[in-house]
Amino acid sequence: MYAQMVETGSKGVRDLESMSDQERAFQERVDADIKIEAKNWMPEAYRKTLIRQISQHAHSEIVGMLPEGNWVTRAPSLKRKLQLMAKIQDEAGHGLYLYSAMETLGADRDEEVQKMHEGKAKYSSIFNYPTLNWADMGTIGWLVDGAAIVNQVPLQRTSYGPYARAMIRVCKEESFHQRQGYEILLHMMTHGNEAQKAMVQDSINRFWWPVLMMFGPSDANSPNSAQSMAWKIKRHSNDELRQRFIDQTIPQLQILGCTVPDPDLKYNEETGHWEFGDIEWSEFYEVLKGNGPCNKERVAQRKKAIDEGAWVREAAVAYAKKKQQRNAA
Amino acid sequence: MADWTLFEVFVRSKHGLNHKHVGSVHAADAEMAIENARELYTRRSEGVSIWVVPSTAITATASDEKEALFDPADDKVYRHASFYELPDEVGHM
Repeated sequence: MYAQMVETGSKGVRDLESMSDQERAFQERVDADIKIEAKNWMPEAYRKTLIRQISQHAHSEIVGMLPEGNWVTRAPSLKRKLQLMAKIQDEAGHGLYLYSAMETLGADRDEEVQKMHEGKAKYSSIFNYPTLNWADMGTIGWLVDGAAIVNQVPLQRTSYGPYARAMIRVCKEESFHQRQGYEILLHMMTHGNEAQKAMVQDSINRFWWPVLMMFGPSDANSPNSAQSMAWKIKRHSNDELRQRFIDQTIPQLQILGCTVPDPDLKYNEETGHWEFGDIEWSEFYEVLKGNGPCNKERVAQRKKAIDEGAWVREAAVAYAKKKQQRNAA
Repeated sequence: MADWTLFEVFVRSKHGLNHKHVGSVHAADAEMAIENARELYTRRSEGVSIWVVPSTAITATASDEKEALFDPADDKVYRHASFYELPDEVGHM
């Protein structure tokens, strides 16, 4: 999930009777699946939670360009380079759709970006892992974007109109990402030499558990979920989405002829679901705290991009003013 | 970015259709807004024409005016073709 552990500030979901008239009218609207739009009244906690969730989602898209950018100059062919650049540009686009949706809630983009740089706002834990070989470009497209799709498809029906509409655009584009990623791996597995096949397996081994962590802590340790579900800014529980992802991914893994590093993985005939081993949650919390393998590098790179791009933004404004004056004269 | 303007973006998806709001972009001026909108909203042939309008130039109805503005239309069923019942032998009209 691109937004993990979003704080709602709520200590429990209130029932309709204990709400003010305004709050009740709002909740009834949400319950009836009528979209909330920017100009509608909304509880302050809903607004703040959404700003947190959408900004975290947007930051994830933007930071998510960095692990892939690592391989643009090292792509194995011009075709793969063009595909990778197209995917990375999409991620920038997704970040921008989401920042726009966030701005409709009255949040300031510069301020929210600043919060990420100061470590006050998070982005998905998955982007704090390094991309060590070319197969990682395939694994990210297939598994990371695959996990994002499982999370984002239900968000197309989220209660906040601008967020839901941004998700519809994002989902349309993500399916290209996942297919291009899977094709990279499939090509390596069917046409590659032994070393290249080993690269694919190594990549899956490194990413498997961190990808499962993308969905966030298990439901028992997810204190904000109930409120987020009542507001319909989250539509399914973390465990439910994680299970859905695993169930759809394992058959694809088998077609690749690869394995995942989980000795407990087995198919349960009765339930029709894949059962899996325990997730090492201490690793997840460490990465969220900023102690993952690449946290510092990612934030430093984003800051550098903003700082070193300052002159471009200033020049654009100066040029726009000059043009305006020339046109007025 | 604080001194850039927020523009609303409208895209005509095909010839013959009207422009439709698709989102917004920040830009130093309108020309740059068009360029940014092209990159952001039409990467996969989604459009044949783009309009950009500074967000501040848009006047919108307020949400608390919804009933006053739009409810009066609800009880004027006689404005719809389906209100008028004609015998079957008239055929399609």
